[in-house]
Amino acid sequence: MSNSRLEPLIFEISRPGRQGVRMPAPDVPTTEIPATLRRDNLDFPEVAEIDVVRHFVRLSQLNHGIDIGFYPLGSCTMKYNPKVNEAVARLPGYAAVHPLQGEGTTQGALALMYMLQTWLGEVAGFEHVSIQPAAGAHGEFAGILMIRKYHLDRGDEKRTKILVPDSAHGTNPATTSMAGLEVIELPSDEKGDVDLDALRKACEEHKDTIAGMMITVPSTLGVFEEHILEIVEAVHNVGGLMYMDGANLNAVMGVIKPAELGFDVMHYNLHKTFSTPHGGGGPGSGPVLCNEKLAPFLPGPIVAIVEEAVDEDDAPLYGWEMPEKSIGRLKAFHGNFGMHVRAYAYIATYGTDLAEVTRYAVLNANYVRVKLKDHYHAPFDRMCGHEFVLEGHWPEKAPGIHALDISKRLMDYGIHPPTNYFPLIVPEALLIEPTETESKETLDEFVEIMLKIAEEAQTNPDLLHDAPHTTPVRRVDEVKAAKELVLCCRPILPE
Amino acid sequence: MSYIPHTDADREAMLKAIGVDSIEALFDAVPETHRFPKLDLPTPRSELEVSTELEALSMFNISAKEYAVFLGAGAYNHFSPAAVNQLLLRSEFYTAYTPYQPEVSQGTLQAIFEFQTMISRLVGMEAANASHYDGATALAEAVTMAGAIQRGRNKVVLSPGIHPQYREVVRTYHQNRPIKFSGDRGGKATLLDLIDMIDDNTMMVVVQYPNFFGQIEDLTEIAKAAQSHKALLCVVTDPVACAILKPPGAFGADIVVGEGQSLGIPMSFGGPYLGFFATLEKHVRKIAGRVIGETLDIDGKRAYTMTLRPREQDIRREKATSNICTNQGLMSLAACMHMSFLGKQGMQRVAELCWHKSHYAADEIDKLEGYSVDKGQPFIKEFVVTCPKPVAETNEHLLHHYGIIGGYDLSQDYPDRQNQMLLCVTEMNTREEIDMLVEALRTVNEEKHIHVELKA
Amino acid sequence: MAKWKSPSGYKYSKSDEWYKVDGDLVMMGITDYAQDQLSDIVYVEFPDVGTKLDAGDSVGSIESVKAASDVYTAIGGEVARINSSLEDSPEQINEDPYEAGWLVEIKVSDLSPLDDLMDSDAYAAYCESRQ
Repeated sequence: MSNSRLEPLIFEISRPGRQGVRMPAPDVPTTEIPATLRRDNLDFPEVAEIDVVRHFVRLSQLNHGIDIGFYPLGSCTMKYNPKVNEAVARLPGYAAVHPLQGEGTTQGALALMYMLQTWLGEVAGFEHVSIQPAAGAHGEFAGILMIRKYHLDRGDEKRTKILVPDSAHGTNPATTSMAGLEVIELPSDEKGDVDLDALRKACEEHKDTIAGMMITVPSTLGVFEEHILEIVEAVHNVGGLMYMDGANLNAVMGVIKPAELGFDVMHYNLHKTFSTPHGGGGPGSGPVLCNEKLAPFLPGPIVAIVEEAVDEDDAPLYGWEMPEKSIGRLKAFHGNFGMHVRAYAYIATYGTDLAEVTRYAVLNANYVRVKLKDHYHAPFDRMCGHEFVLEGHWPEKAPGIHALDISKRLMDYGIHPPTNYFPLIVPEALLIEPTETESKETLDEFVEIMLKIAEEAQTNPDLLHDAPHTTPVRRVDEVKAAKELVLCCRPILPE
Repeated sequence: MSYIPHTDADREAMLKAIGVDSIEALFDAVPETHRFPKLDLPTPRSELEVSTELEALSMFNISAKEYAVFLGAGAYNHFSPAAVNQLLLRSEFYTAYTPYQPEVSQGTLQAIFEFQTMISRLVGMEAANASHYDGATALAEAVTMAGAIQRGRNKVVLSPGIHPQYREVVRTYHQNRPIKFSGDRGGKATLLDLIDMIDDNTMMVVVQYPNFFGQIEDLTEIAKAAQSHKALLCVVTDPVACAILKPPGAFGADIVVGEGQSLGIPMSFGGPYLGFFATLEKHVRKIAGRVIGETLDIDGKRAYTMTLRPREQDIRREKATSNICTNQGLMSLAACMHMSFLGKQGMQRVAELCWHKSHYAADEIDKLEGYSVDKGQPFIKEFVVTCPKPVAETNEHLLHHYGIIGGYDLSQDYPDRQNQMLLCVTEMNTREEIDMLVEALRTVNEEKHIHVELKA
Repeated sequence: MAKWKSPSGYKYSKSDEWYKVDGDLVMMGITDYAQDQLSDIVYVEFPDVGTKLDAGDSVGSIESVKAASDVYTAIGGEVARINSSLEDSPEQINEDPYEAGWLVEIKVSDLSPLDDLMDSDAYAAYCESRQ
């Protein structure tokens, strides 16, 4: 066991009897707590406030975040998180409201949620929205349960299969299984689009059992499917419904309305497209949107107007409604409301200019793409959406260098690596998504560094193999972590 | 535009580099008939205007800042040290992504490792994961895990003392699976009744401790019964109460889940919250969601990393243990900070305050004519009061005449619990507030219009 | 020399399992090619001894840091033994996939399904063809 460590665990700086933040003494007569109910011991940290503060400040310094530097992590949309969003979400009129308070005491929160539903619906062209799902995967789960229930409601029990392209996010097949349905994987063609022939064949073969199809637009390769209308038609023709994974909405917002392309249901990731922070892996928020056909099945309850305003100066009365044939409740209470407030602030800021977000996201991605495509292998040499994929290897010029080496080397230059090894259909994938909030100077600097790394890969490959050199820790032993599972700090014995 | 830094000159230079004349030309692959629809959205606004609007809108909500809150039922008004919010606003934490790259994510990773440890110790289990969306979804995932461990069994016994919304969520999650849920229909089954329902086809028994009514039940017998049929025991618990109570692990639980909102996370009208999930080491490979483990880097320095990765959706796809992708990263960080600041003494003190104050309130209310408190079982923080009038009516009186947010109306979920209110008293409720509540309940029949004095 | 070993005396499946017959017992494991694809193996999940298997059933799964792979049997029977030494040292599959890294032994009544599998040379060619 090595004694070398970056920052002790909070348990390691604990001393028996030391007090953190003090709590008051009871101001009421006390009642005895029976010994039979009591626990024996609580092995918890005992650390002074200043030392707890330093501990977490130091931990924060071991992280990379958007506010520190460029974060071109594909499929994640690491855009700037506006500070005003944080401020408004913390207003006591939002943060200190209990979720079970009566409707009469929460009209502000309900109005906000109602407006957000309306705006999100407008962006996608859908009229029906539930903002209850807590994350993208949760929204997907809602959508697939809705599709299944729609078929069951029509008395069609055989439809248990969901078509999923092989380029899909892992959540798509995982969602399908979780909903008790079966995945039919579809291959991609040489351009990275869904193989239309294979799709038509699958539709023919399984025509009575297809519940629907999940597809990401633009695709996970960052390209717009050229045949999206044909795909929608093929699936609809055999009675299946179309689910759009909205993870890549940053390439679509204000450019197309998914409903107009024929999609039946989709989800958003408020933490990607609508600037709510990723928080080191959540909380997210994954509203689900759908057309008339699926509306009765939405998860609920949903905010609705229960009494129209009498005149222009009056506000309507908002309340809760459960959709008629709802799949049910997906989480306790009403969704990640704190994220709703942030997304509201974001949309209110851009308003009718919202499409500018997409335009500049796509401009930035294409700019970096053309600057890099002659130095890295670009498997799909075509205009991209908000992100694009490169292959992070040169089998001829720099054998032995992998995408992972390039990623790790980027850290030495203060840049967070792109997404590695996804989509799975591209070997050594580096998925790069700059987002619209990065300036030309930041992009130029990134390009320069990427070119330098391409050169280093040939002239000094060990520099890449051993990278990163400058981070708080270097490459970690994941085999050890998985084999000798240590998931909790062992009790620390007194010295 | 607000968060887009490009100048006109930047844009032109970039378009030129790409070899197109306009941004529109980048979208040729999008079906032309549908390109660039009109958006019916408000006109763009400045930060000043947006924050003013949102502040104004927030005034239409009544908040715990101004009103005394005696409402719990799964979301709680607890204290959190000022340092938690301040540290949470460090953007190294909240503007980071999931820690897939351990070299630049040790802060997030170590904090989650500490969180896993604290949760495990608090509930008396061997391991915990990095968190779920909330307590309800953590329970739904526990059912999935039980299914994977207990192949061939398809019955889950649910106590009616589990939060009603949690039971709804569990049914939503598993609606297409051949799992039979029993025990909670009718809402009256006791632990003894549940014991009778456990058989050799039961994959898991789920109880809440303290239960939805705040009662602390002895789980010894039901744990034994589960064990004798090789059924798993899952306990939904309250992390605040666990600081002083015998933890669920001590009864022999296999899985412990719950809502961690009480640990430094604002009520925020229902989310984001924090589902925690703890289990025994022998089950960790079937756990859903993210798990952080300790290891070394190539220089031998201690380091943390995501582990047991092949269970997850991005690798295992349709065979993954769950589709979950995010955890509640920032919320688990908040909880980790909160528990660190309070420490052993603070955590225990909060639980004791909840005990003493809820008992004081219960005793005083029990003395009122027409009211009776259910004292059949020991309780903490929450208790059931039978009122002389319907709860909705009583709460109207509390709110309008006393500025009090009253308790939860149990008749919404339990039809035989007419006029029963679930009251919650935490360390936030001063003696003055409790006395005012008692006075307010006493005067429920009086047509009295008292001037409401708000806290602020 | 071939990049991956495929010794003679074994039968090989397209899904990269090997089979070795000893009377009515068939020992199985994963091939050198399969372990190379998975890289460092960290965990093996076994069926219980006594489990009845049909051809095509899963006989457990093998996990590396970055992947998980289910192992399927081409032959039906009953699980007679499992290699429990892999629980503590799963790396034996990487180091010695054909001997120390065996997975399970199945008691079978009908050996004929093995006739359809590949021999050493055919499997070596099959591995090469996937490069």
